Amino acid sequence: MEWLERNVPKLVLAPSFVAILIFVYGFIAWTAWISLTKSRLMPKYEIDGFGQFERLFAAPRWDVAMNNLFIFGGLFIVISMVIGLLLAIFLDQRIRAEGVLRTVYLYPMALSLIVTGTAWKWILNPGLGIQETVRGWGFESFTFDWLIKPEMAIYTVVLAAVWQASGFVMALFLAGLRSVDTEIIRAAQVDGIPNHRIYSAIIIPTMAPIFLSAFIVLAHLAIKAFDLVIALTNGGPGYSTDLPATYMYAMAFSRGDLGQAASSAMVMMGVIFAIVVPYLYSELRPRRDH
Amino acid sequence: MKSVMAASTAVMLAGPVMAEPQAEVLHWWTSGGEAKSVAVLQEQFAAEGGTWTDMPVAGGGGDAAMTALRARVLSGNAPTAVQLKGPAIQEWYEETGLADIGAVAEENGWADVLPEQIAEHMKCEGEWCAAPVNVHRVNWIWGNKQILDEHGIEMPTTWDEFNAAAEKLQEAGVTPLAHGGQAWQDATVFEAVVLGLGGPEFFQKALVDLDPEALTSDTMKQAFDEMRTIRGYVDDNFSGRDWNLATAMVMNGEAAFQIMGDWAKGEFLAAGKEPGTDFVCAPTPGEGFLYNVDSFAFFEVDGQDKQDGQALLAKLIMGPDFQKTFNLNKGSIPARTDVALDEFDDCAMQSNKDMNEDAADGSLLPSYAHGMALRGAPAGAITDVVTAHFNSDMSSEDAVQQLADAVANAM
Repeated sequence: MEWLERNVPKLVLAPSFVAILIFVYGFIAWTAWISLTKSRLMPKYEIDGFGQFERLFAAPRWDVAMNNLFIFGGLFIVISMVIGLLLAIFLDQRIRAEGVLRTVYLYPMALSLIVTGTAWKWILNPGLGIQETVRGWGFESFTFDWLIKPEMAIYTVVLAAVWQASGFVMALFLAGLRSVDTEIIRAAQVDGIPNHRIYSAIIIPTMAPIFLSAFIVLAHLAIKAFDLVIALTNGGPGYSTDLPATYMYAMAFSRGDLGQAASSAMVMMGVIFAIVVPYLYSELRPRRDH
Repeated sequence: MKSVMAASTAVMLAGPVMAEPQAEVLHWWTSGGEAKSVAVLQEQFAAEGGTWTDMPVAGGGGDAAMTALRARVLSGNAPTAVQLKGPAIQEWYEETGLADIGAVAEENGWADVLPEQIAEHMKCEGEWCAAPVNVHRVNWIWGNKQILDEHGIEMPTTWDEFNAAAEKLQEAGVTPLAHGGQAWQDATVFEAVVLGLGGPEFFQKALVDLDPEALTSDTMKQAFDEMRTIRGYVDDNFSGRDWNLATAMVMNGEAAFQIMGDWAKGEFLAAGKEPGTDFVCAPTPGEGFLYNVDSFAFFEVDGQDKQDGQALLAKLIMGPDFQKTFNLNKGSIPARTDVALDEFDDCAMQSNKDMNEDAADGSLLPSYAHGMALRGAPAGAITDVVTAHFNSDMSSEDAVQQLADAVANAM
């Protein structure tokens, strides 16, 4: 009985632990193996070396996909955080109808990325959306055709993703702002410190953990942004808005080139590790201040 | 041990019962006309006493079905028959082996009724392993009759004529070419241009044999130049447009031409348009016939009932009856050359006539853009270059170089 009591947590955790071991780490190992073989339509298991990686890095399309990941990821995270923080600070001014406004900003997050992508595809289509509307008002030379310009199209993906996520970031930050001890703020106000200094010197620094969570949430959204691209541009024009995930999908499921898909998946995992490992390290190291 | 027991149980159960033909058929014909066409086959199969297990997997132009197939083959339980086409048949043969349906083919004289080039696609190391359903012609150009008459334009027979016609239309404020900005549509136009400018022999060398010299030749540069010119004839909103929406533009008089395979005809006919009076069809400028043949391949299966099912299915697919009904529904022409075409429209009749003539003089060629000429990886690599060139300001010199590099990298 006592044994049971001691071991219940372990017993309860065991199935999910085993499942994760097989379905996450087992399959990562399998993908790593496949990435070293000459697999095409079906997996083959004879190790062949790093040929797939050489092919991958020689492919111009992969370069485009990696560049896009950094452009998209960087801009998406930074812009969403800035807009989210500004919205949160404005909403924090004890304004009327805050509840309504908060819901308005938060709602885009409730949409699936497919819906967001499709809606923005219409809005940004030069012949249907913004460009056509503004021209209809009499500004005949107005052009807004990023969607069909290969060098600009990736920014339309950023635009749609920011629209979707910044309300959510706002909610995170708003919760953070509200959790700051009001005593400290009052004390600062009594001391005659101007409002912007209160934010920059007291409130925002105490919200550091919220920034970190927002960053992690946004970073994983950025790496997952497969469906948004599929709906908005489908990787086009040409392959100018390809992301590593869409590249991997094309290789694995349309082209019958499993080895190539596996090697691109391994590189993607490397990118994720580069972000996650420092985070885990900072979270897991023993804290001196406790 | 377990599997031995299971097998012997199966034998004991199956033994005394008469084996009925069984077929589990994996396909992705799920949209209106296609689903109707498959239902015809299903009825014929049932009428012959067979049991048909339908396994339609929609999505991604067959990608989802191929994923399902992979899972089934990996688990050692391949479906009886699978919709497969082009070199993918031989690729699967090399990976897992396919069933030999030579007996059915001999008995029904397939070799006598199929064009030689198409018959070759149905063979794995000389043995019949697949049955063709239809022949789509890819290099068609469709025109809106009313617009063409209004501006005094004939269907172009050279690419220069096409360019001249397009300039004229553009000056008159009509969009010359309806096109959708999807990679495979860019590839469809590209292969028609390569065939038209280079001729059948060049097409064979460049896009079937992947000869590096042909890929970087001046003819190939000209083809990319023409692609750049064509880019100027497309309206601004073509990005990501589906092919059937482009067809609708021609139908509604918003654009004059579309370069697309004969599945576009199905759209015209479904909208009640008449060939010759509302729309015109013509082969794209130049010589030759690019084909896209749908077919069913047969995996190796155990059990007499399943093997009987394969034989019956193969016989029915190639039966004149099914070939006629199916292709009337789908807009293509029968793969058999001996089917009476009385009920088919003029475009189909021309397609059939050209197929027979071109088969004789060697200009009946597989479409690269639709997976008939090449395996997935090299075909995809070429499409990448074509679509990147079409959608940017890449020079033709860079394009041919990238083309050669991409092909070498995909081998």
